[in-house]
Amino acid sequence: MAENYTSTLESALNWARKYSLFSYPFVTACCGMEYMATAASKYDIARFGAEFPRFSPRQADLLFVVGTITEKQAPALHRIWVQMAEPKYVVAFGVCASTGGFYQNYNTVPGCDQIVPVDVYIPGCPPRPEQVLDGLILLQKKIQEGTTWVQRRDRGEKHGGEWVTPRPRQPGHLPIIS
Amino acid sequence: MSKADLDKLVAQFPSAIVSTHSNCGDDTAVIRSETLLSVMRWLKGSLGFDFLVDLTAVDFLGRDPRFEVVYHLRSMQSGSRLRIKVPVACSEDGPNPAVDSVISIWPAANWQEREVWDMFGIKFTGHPDLRRVLMYEEFVGHPLRKDYPKEKRQPLIRRDYSME
Repeated sequence: MAENYTSTLESALNWARKYSLFSYPFVTACCGMEYMATAASKYDIARFGAEFPRFSPRQADLLFVVGTITEKQAPALHRIWVQMAEPKYVVAFGVCASTGGFYQNYNTVPGCDQIVPVDVYIPGCPPRPEQVLDGLILLQKKIQEGTTWVQRRDRGEKHGGEWVTPRPRQPGHLPIIS
Repeated sequence: MSKADLDKLVAQFPSAIVSTHSNCGDDTAVIRSETLLSVMRWLKGSLGFDFLVDLTAVDFLGRDPRFEVVYHLRSMQSGSRLRIKVPVACSEDGPNPAVDSVISIWPAANWQEREVWDMFGIKFTGHPDLRRVLMYEEFVGHPLRKDYPKEKRQPLIRRDYSME
């Protein structure tokens, strides 16, 4: 009986969470145009309860990684993920954020899942707003089912996340919080 | 348009010129690196090339001299353009090659010389602050050299997937 009660409560909580996503757009490249189109009136991401981009990671629980991530940016992206409010979700927006896209070189991270745990990948170069809304609906489905990375970590199915810094940091640079 | 300027340069510094070529109004002089500062100072002072449009480098791996530093100049008065190339020798596994900095002539060269140092490892003697400008300080090597491995990455941070 108690088990039934907690699972019902969890379901109600997840229902509330999936319709009040506060997104943080980490916009680095041309995908930002499609992000703006998705947020504007024609496609209107507000219909899905995610209309409020917060430009402070501490007030956000959904990280949109929009665009190419370079190795130099990667520590900043990780720090933003660490600063976000729990439970938090990550969407890789476009192929550059998902896999590095057509960049195969010395300075591009081959997918932001090398830095932060990604729940939904939206392909496209850049993706159309319909794809973004499709990805958002998929994320809402995962939140309702409790299968996002953070929810599985909280249930003990995933390790809490370890980050490695392969290269020693030099003085004068931001330290890594892990 | 600037063929006349090229001819004046050749007449003024005959010993500095390695070669010249002109094509469709596009004039280039290849000069010896030890004469760089005096030639550049004369080009700005006497011919009025007051605008350093671009400063970059090319790596001809396997050729001697291996590098070439390229200066694109423009005169805002006459509108003429001139390209100066400086061959820079570099031995395999030897010290970084060096050319004179032109910051004393065009202050705009500051960050462009830092970028050439960052990408090609060519030092500019006389530069006040020759640090990397695009890559991070932890980066080892110079990525636009032709012998830099295409797949080599030097990440600052990575998730450890083996923990999941």
